[in-house]
Amino acid sequence: MAGLELLSDQGYRLDGRKATELRKVQARMGVFAQADGSAYLEQGNTKALAVVYGPHEMRGSRSRTLHDRAVINCQYSMATFSTAERKRRPHGDRKSTEMSLHLKQTFEAAVMTQLYPRSQIDIYVKILQSDGGNYSVCVNAATLAVIDAGIPMRDYVCACTVGFVDETPLADLCYAEESGGVSSLALALLPRGGQIALLQMDARLHQDHLETLIDAAMTACKGVSKVLDEVVRQHLQEVSVLTRE
Amino acid sequence: ITRWWRQINTVGCCYFQGSRSCRLLTSTVIMLKSKTFVKKTRSGGVLKIVREHYLRDDIWCGSEVCTECKQESTVLQRDTCIESNLCAYPHYLIPDTNVVLHQIDVLEDPVIRNVIILQTVLQEVRHRSAPVYKRIKDIIHEKEKHFYTFTNEHHRETFIEREPGESANDRNDRAIRVAATWYTQHLKTSESAADGLKVVLLTNDQGNKQKAAESGLLVFKCEEYIKSLIANPELVDRLALTNDEKNEITSSKVLFPEHLPLSRIQAGIKSGSFLQGTFRASRDNYLEATVFVPGEGEDSTEVLLQGLQNLNRAVHQDVVAVQLLPRDHWVAPSSVVLQDEGMAKDENPEEEEEEKAVSVKPTGKVVGIIKRNWRPFCGMLNVSQIKESTRHLFTPADRRIPRIRIETRQASTLAGQRIMVAIDGWPKDSRYPNGHFVRSLGGAGEKDTEEEVLLLEHDVPHQAFSQAVLSFLPKMPWAITPEDMKQRQDLRQLTVCSVDPPGCTDIDDALHCRELDNGNLEVGVHIADVSHFIRPGNALDKEAANRGTTVYLCGKRIDMVPELLSSNLCSLRSNVERLAFSCIWEMNHEAEILKTWFTKSIINSKASLTYAEAQMRIDDTTMNDDITKSLRGLNKLAKILKRRRIENGALTLSSLEVRFHIDSETHDPIDLQTKELMETNSMVEEFMLLANISVAQKIYDEFSECALLRKHPAPPPSNYDILIKAAKSKNVAIHTDSAKALADSLDMATVDSFPYFNTLLRILATRCMMQAVYFCSGMDSDFHHYGLASPIYTHFTSPIRRYSDIIVHRLLAVAIGADSTYPDLMDKHKQSALCNNLNYRHKMAQYAQRASVAFHTQLFFKTRGVLNEEGFVLFVRKNAIIVLIPKFGMEGTVFFDSKDKTAPNLVFDEEGPTLTVEQHTFHIFDKVKVTISLDASNIQHQKIRMALIDPVISGVSVPAEDLEPQSKKSKLDR
Ligand SMILES: [Zn+2]
Repeated sequence: MAGLELLSDQGYRLDGRKATELRKVQARMGVFAQADGSAYLEQGNTKALAVVYGPHEMRGSRSRTLHDRAVINCQYSMATFSTAERKRRPHGDRKSTEMSLHLKQTFEAAVMTQLYPRSQIDIYVKILQSDGGNYSVCVNAATLAVIDAGIPMRDYVCACTVGFVDETPLADLCYAEESGGVSSLALALLPRGGQIALLQMDARLHQDHLETLIDAAMTACKGVSKVLDEVVRQHLQEVSVLTRE
Repeated sequence: ITRWWRQINTVGCCYFQGSRSCRLLTSTVIMLKSKTFVKKTRSGGVLKIVREHYLRDDIWCGSEVCTECKQESTVLQRDTCIESNLCAYPHYLIPDTNVVLHQIDVLEDPVIRNVIILQTVLQEVRHRSAPVYKRIKDIIHEKEKHFYTFTNEHHRETFIEREPGESANDRNDRAIRVAATWYTQHLKTSESAADGLKVVLLTNDQGNKQKAAESGLLVFKCEEYIKSLIANPELVDRLALTNDEKNEITSSKVLFPEHLPLSRIQAGIKSGSFLQGTFRASRDNYLEATVFVPGEGEDSTEVLLQGLQNLNRAVHQDVVAVQLLPRDHWVAPSSVVLQDEGMAKDENPEEEEEEKAVSVKPTGKVVGIIKRNWRPFCGMLNVSQIKESTRHLFTPADRRIPRIRIETRQASTLAGQRIMVAIDGWPKDSRYPNGHFVRSLGGAGEKDTEEEVLLLEHDVPHQAFSQAVLSFLPKMPWAITPEDMKQRQDLRQLTVCSVDPPGCTDIDDALHCRELDNGNLEVGVHIADVSHFIRPGNALDKEAANRGTTVYLCGKRIDMVPELLSSNLCSLRSNVERLAFSCIWEMNHEAEILKTWFTKSIINSKASLTYAEAQMRIDDTTMNDDITKSLRGLNKLAKILKRRRIENGALTLSSLEVRFHIDSETHDPIDLQTKELMETNSMVEEFMLLANISVAQKIYDEFSECALLRKHPAPPPSNYDILIKAAKSKNVAIHTDSAKALADSLDMATVDSFPYFNTLLRILATRCMMQAVYFCSGMDSDFHHYGLASPIYTHFTSPIRRYSDIIVHRLLAVAIGADSTYPDLMDKHKQSALCNNLNYRHKMAQYAQRASVAFHTQLFFKTRGVLNEEGFVLFVRKNAIIVLIPKFGMEGTVFFDSKDKTAPNLVFDEEGPTLTVEQHTFHIFDKVKVTISLDASNIQHQKIRMALIDPVISGVSVPAEDLEPQSKKSKLDR
């Protein structure tokens, strides 16, 4: 059987999207009362939950304390039921550790850590269902959670995965596309200033295409940021209505 | 992997009860569905796959008449201009999946236009037949055909969910009907309903047709519809025969055993009771075939099949399942030549084979077909004896393909033409497969037709380059930009020149040689920088990769890359600036390499010379310009390099290459002569070899896993038997322990009274060799090139005409940091697959070239009548000798038994080998005299016929032909 046709001649992808279109993004903030901040976010069939604690005093080994800014501690995990085949080890494997590190780097670039010297911010993200773009969905969910916690950030951090098929960049890859042999690239952006917080690519890609791909990723991230902005505003409205009452 | 739809259900998101609107960048998508299906994994487990499925509002109908859709461009025309007596109104066609799969030949016809191809249909076709999928895509791309793809599976109004209990096929049929209904209504509501445009569904499925009619659709069977096209009766011939028609055509007698269903075949293969392999029909005996069953390493076996029943309707190249017969039924391959003359019954092959119980092979029968590998076949029609009959037998040019029964009303026109026919099916009650006429190639025996036939039969892609491919060519006028200069060394001041055969327009190599200040020599090989123009992965690159090589036929060239590149921008012509990839050595005067480096460069060739011109400059002592000095330096070094190479055991073998002098007006061959080699030929060759070896080493050092290399395996010792025997008959010993031993003993092998002996031996030695092949270094451990006695080798020097060289250029460019890499270049499995294609294309190109030489030889003899020539016996067979005519570089067979005469007394001795005809004994290398003429009795298989003149054997030899009445003779022959 032939492999999947990722982009039809009419310009439609496997799931009916066009090349630049994102999946449906839906999110809700403040889903847990106990945590300082929390958010649930769906991007297509990829669903993630993010919880933020802090800023608070350093816990555990004091040696990691930084005197000029806060330490960001990230932990990424996947629910055992998040993939088609049951996952044996939800966290702590190499991939999760790497992902945690990437998240940490991303948020160190976005959170104004210098406001909280000698303290710690914990970000926990869990993928509940995985259908491609795990990193991006985690970043987007965590952004909302950090905002929910009231921690100042330079800007939203929005992330998106893009791939390259038939000379065309595809925005926001789903799992079928990611596993279909596409060279994919994940990019986290601070949209207002256009600064890149993180850029990650494992596959090989011709140098000539890199620029187009990054451009496409930045456009897609800006699309995500609009959605996140709406979610935040709506959340604020709801909260303010409640407080007024 | 099996996959099936299990359920499609609307997802009510667990968390959000609210709006179902979607925020995409374009806000046209409204609904979201989720498809769930299960998939078997390789390990046998079952996976549940959930996929999103978006439905859209912005998919347009593609029709010119529509005012409702906001489409920018339309495909389907207002005026459909097709005359059908079933549908008197203008209409668009919607074929279902089976119509596309089976009637693609009809759909390809220029008459059929304005067709809507549904996404459902396209996807099904893609899963079921890759070749048909490619063809339908090609049609869709053709603007004049007005085929529109309607993405109905993502259209909000035409998407349907599979109902409980509904099969995938039924669901798809329903989807097609829903889409057709949508079109009917859509076209009706649009303002231009006055045009009366309608859609017509074509299906051959009775159930589907009935349901469609019930829901008020216009629906016809494909046959019905095509027959209603009164203005184009010839289309009917191109219809494929479908199952319910087969009964009309064949007798009701069951001739063949039933094929087993795929499930039972698979079970049988798993349990080991059946074997799976590729069916290879015998060229000489239509009742015999072998099935090649691949195994691990040496484990491959070949199963012999004999008799029509056991062949059981398998066609050459099909993948079949065979069952072995019990051991006592095993037989030996027959040595009889049997052509299917049509009336022969299925003879019992065992009758005459019993004597040779020694050499029996595993014998079996075909129990089922796993995959048909049918393609359209070239051949000719045997017009039926019955005048009114529309059913005729078709004889393919390839003897391994059975005759095919077709139905046509234009038999009288097609007789005498080469035509193409496709097989539709082979029912078990039919002696021959059923097929249909595809197209005519032209009159048999005509030069253009025969060229087309030999290209088709050798699978040489030869269509004009598509628009998509041409769009990747550089825009003219082209000039070197400062951007191009960045990674390059400017070598324009060097005295570079090229040396090629006369009339060469695709010059891919140029050379220079100059003395350095330190007394050493600098030698450069400059190769056209094709990889600069052909970027990885684009349509141009894919096309070149598929073609693999330029194919040279007599008087014709089928380019691998478009002419703008091959004959212009990449051709290193004199006095123009060209981009090159240079391999430069510093050598001392003993031709020892002191330093090697590679660079992308810009050169300006100072002269494009022919071999003869270059030779003349070297020999003319009065000439002392830079070009000549450079040539002399190169020539001197080349001689040393060649001597050293031969000392190391490289073989110099002979094959007589024939060149035709082609009349420039009629393009008919007027004379043929064997190619003559000059010193300058080997001068150029020597430096190309050196460059190839240097590059091979460099890319292997850099990319040990994915270097594209070329190897030439040593032949198994038994290959040399015939050579040793032949030499022994003249009391000369040949040692074949190593290439060096062989080369040395070939050098020593001379017979005083027989100056041509050495050349003959070398020709014979060539026949003992193996094919050289491309391979990926990460997939193989044996790199040795036997013929060149080099531990490593590749192809770097002809990127205009070989795709392998383009890959090697890319690898080398990455190695020296002049270009960037891309994933496929570093993927050894992908590269290995590419090598397989390149090896296949090269082999086929070689065969096509030989066939072209054979055809031109025939043309030549057609006008010459009968000639008397001297020749040498090259091989001795049981009933014939094979004679080489050095003057023409051609071989022919002198048969001693023929159908109409009583055979002379023949005694064959395998040890010699010798053949005694009556009282005369033939040895290898005997000098004979023969007459040569063209035998045109079988127009599809014309061949050169030779008859013996000298030695005179009564009843066998013929008198020498009187050459006077030549012109008369040749007229007769026409
Ligand atoms: Zn419309």
